[in-house]
Amino acid sequence: MDSVTLNNISKTYNKKKVLAVDNVSFSVGKGELFGLIGPDGAGKTSIFRMLTTLLLPDEGTASVDGLDIVKDYKTIRSRVGYMPGKFSLYQDLTVEENLNFFATIFDTSIEENYELIKDIYVQIEPFKTRRAGKLSGGMKQKLALCCALIHKPTVLFLDEPTTGVDAVSRKEFWEMLKRLKQQNITILVSTPYMDEATLCDRIALIQSGKILSIDTPEKIVEAYPGKLYAVKSEKMHQLLKDLQAFEFTGSCFAFGEHVHLSFKDDEKDHQPELLNYLEEHGHKHIELQQITPTIEDCFIKLLKS
Amino acid sequence: MDAPVIKTEKLSKRFGDFVAVNEISFEVAAGEIFGFLGANGAGKTTAMRMLCGLSIPTSGAASIAGFDVYKQTEKIKRNIGYMSQKFSLYEDLTVLENINFFGGIYGLTNSQLREKSEQLVTKLGLQKESKKLVGELPLGWKQKLAFSVAILHEPKIVFLDEPTGGVDPVTRRQFWDLIYDASDKGITIFVTTHYMDEAEYCNRVSMMVDGSIKVLDSPANLKKQFSANSMDEVFYELARGAKRSDN
Repeated sequence: MDSVTLNNISKTYNKKKVLAVDNVSFSVGKGELFGLIGPDGAGKTSIFRMLTTLLLPDEGTASVDGLDIVKDYKTIRSRVGYMPGKFSLYQDLTVEENLNFFATIFDTSIEENYELIKDIYVQIEPFKTRRAGKLSGGMKQKLALCCALIHKPTVLFLDEPTTGVDAVSRKEFWEMLKRLKQQNITILVSTPYMDEATLCDRIALIQSGKILSIDTPEKIVEAYPGKLYAVKSEKMHQLLKDLQAFEFTGSCFAFGEHVHLSFKDDEKDHQPELLNYLEEHGHKHIELQQITPTIEDCFIKLLKS
Repeated sequence: MDAPVIKTEKLSKRFGDFVAVNEISFEVAAGEIFGFLGANGAGKTTAMRMLCGLSIPTSGAASIAGFDVYKQTEKIKRNIGYMSQKFSLYEDLTVLENINFFGGIYGLTNSQLREKSEQLVTKLGLQKESKKLVGELPLGWKQKLAFSVAILHEPKIVFLDEPTGGVDPVTRRQFWDLIYDASDKGITIFVTTHYMDEAEYCNRVSMMVDGSIKVLDSPANLKKQFSANSMDEVFYELARGAKRSDN
């Protein structure tokens, strides 16, 4: 049985003037690590808040753990774990008091489920008498995760847990998630960072309340239409401008140290012409090679089509 | 090369026993795009606040656009622009009202404001939205507008604190087009980001670890130095040795 199912869910705000979630359907299997990938304002938080029974959908139905999000909201609340994007623990309670509080309201104790949070909790245990409001960002994040896990939820919702977090801490966080997954907890995680998509079992790419694509990261990459090239030269900003002006360019955009380029068509190999063109425009040390698209390439492609 | 627009020498900030910024020394040239990177808690925000004239250093020296960070903080504020992901524009004012408000604060005359706001609205393609409340615009538009407003008074330097956080990949790149345009006009860009691909777009980047600047060079040289394929690897190599985590 699927852990989470959404059927044609829509949500509007401001007297129907703002369409936040637009006819979204998907399901997440038991024990799956599922990523909702999209920029701010895409509708990720609205979806999470409906599934955690904090918001009512305008249209459509959804279930979590086989329970209806409207009718069975009380049971759902006792079963799921939710870590909101905004830090929402009690700032004036200590680390230990917060954890104890959440264990108690879910009718359990820290000892009962300690195994589940041990890996994460030992990292903040030295500070257990510190008030949550005085913790650093990374420690707040770990405490919030512990509090969301302390009642051994069947489904865990993590809303942008890595936003504003540096690259090293982001990696550590994802390693924690991988270990949690082994406990057979279904995890729904949202993120605006495209590079985190490959760490999920399946992902939904979302923009303006609509799902653009939904599949395993590998299959989304395989579905990329046409060929993609990475180009590099000594003058990168000029290179981008010149590539935009090249007659066979379909799309091109900066991508780290390269420009990613696709041609209008792949019937003919335009590479020799391109190299000539770039040399004529004074570029030196030109590198041009076909590459496998990343999820970000796929997202850009989907946004433009 | 022209005189540097940012020059710091052993600039430090202590809070009690805690050394948030530890003797950082660097220079940034006019029109340069300078990436100011570091892990959470490395001291970036504290350093940036000193450079903007918002926080008086404990020791060391720095001049921003030729003004001293101890004595001429008001002059610094008038000669820089600032935008961050968090502090944006007034959501319940319209696009034009925001432009007029911020332009007015920076001392632009009415005729300058008329001319500038028209240029800006045209450049961003916001003609239809100019009388809309900023709160109704998508995040990407807000950030592009906030940047344009931050450089409305043609400052020598603009400080950008994670300007593209949470923005979609297409808009993120359009934002960088605006940065390049500003840099072409001679405005110095001082930018922080968690997107390592954006580090590649900077002329030079510095990386702060535990309050100190550990490395400062062009992305190409840094990758060579660390035998890394990407700035992500360079960052990881440097930041994982950090003892401090977070703010």
